[in-house]
Amino acid sequence: MTTSSNLLRMPLPEALQVLQAHSQDSVVISTMGAAREWAKLEPSPLDFVYVPSSMGQAPSLGLGVALAQPDRQVIVCNGDGCMLMNLGSLVTITAASPQNMVLVVMENGVYEVTGGQATVAAASRRQDGKPLQFASMARACGFKSVLEFSSLDDWTAQCAEAIKQPGPVFICLQVEPVMGDVSPRSPGPASERVRRFMEALRG
Amino acid sequence: MYSGEEMVGLLVDLGITHVVWIPDSTFGEWDDALSESRDLRLVQVCREGEAWAVAAGLYLGGARPLVVIQCTGLLESGDSLRNAVHDYGLPLFGIVGYRSYLNSETLPGDTCLRFTEPVLAAWDVPTVFVDEFEKKPLLGQHYRQCQQAGDAGIVLMAEGRA
Repeated sequence: MTTSSNLLRMPLPEALQVLQAHSQDSVVISTMGAAREWAKLEPSPLDFVYVPSSMGQAPSLGLGVALAQPDRQVIVCNGDGCMLMNLGSLVTITAASPQNMVLVVMENGVYEVTGGQATVAAASRRQDGKPLQFASMARACGFKSVLEFSSLDDWTAQCAEAIKQPGPVFICLQVEPVMGDVSPRSPGPASERVRRFMEALRG
Repeated sequence: MYSGEEMVGLLVDLGITHVVWIPDSTFGEWDDALSESRDLRLVQVCREGEAWAVAAGLYLGGARPLVVIQCTGLLESGDSLRNAVHDYGLPLFGIVGYRSYLNSETLPGDTCLRFTEPVLAAWDVPTVFVDEFEKKPLLGQHYRQCQQAGDAGIVLMAEGRA
């Protein structure tokens, strides 16, 4: 599996559209910016737009679902800011080692929903001017398969195979930040949505 | 208060499938029994906020999780608890260890004794307090009552050492 070396970032909405095309039968849990965009796509009963959220907890929520439902693929679409809030979850996930889990981090280097401030992993916040490498972190934490993409063309060509790698899988997508009114919103009453999601999960 | 074997027996009897935890010096004594149980899966997290979210996912997927953390972890994990229990209304259940309650001289000035109960009350989760052997049956009773009512619940368990 090749890693894209293109320094360009891909647009977030298109990146998620590519993922959606290959995850129709999967559980997809999305949070923050990814949730905002995923909510605009054709919904599936196995989608869970994790809004409202406890920031950073999407991977943990996804881990629980993956452990309870080992026959389903569980894909978590997380932000890089969120990932930084819960780096320990990378270790928790690999300790539990759910083969059916895919963690996708949308790395844009900023806290999009609060106005685009750089995260502490971004190059502008680092003493050496280099961004932290989430893929390297995931590899060091024991993820079985680690991939990263910055080119939409590469992601489009390799997404289907990427998410089928031996799990747990970590994928870092370098995406463009979205500015403007970017707050994710719950597409309906939370308790009702979670009940429907639960019913879909439990069959 | 409970031996590891005793706790495993109780949890299996209650139908618990997963224990999501970080061990402390009291609950840690259950590690071997929990790890070796064929009827329970132990899911250890790095920080307690993960525990409520993992438990939420387990519950949604049809499992019956139990969160086991110390009161310090309760304080840490508040936002995660808030989201799972109050945003989504999930009937999650936890055992929270009350550090140094029974042996406060081991940790003089432990502010856990000052903040644990008020914070637990603020989180508005039905709670029972087990601080002596005679109250041990409350754990199972409270779990069953909460499950029947569809409520989240916590057992605050007094601990004897820091």
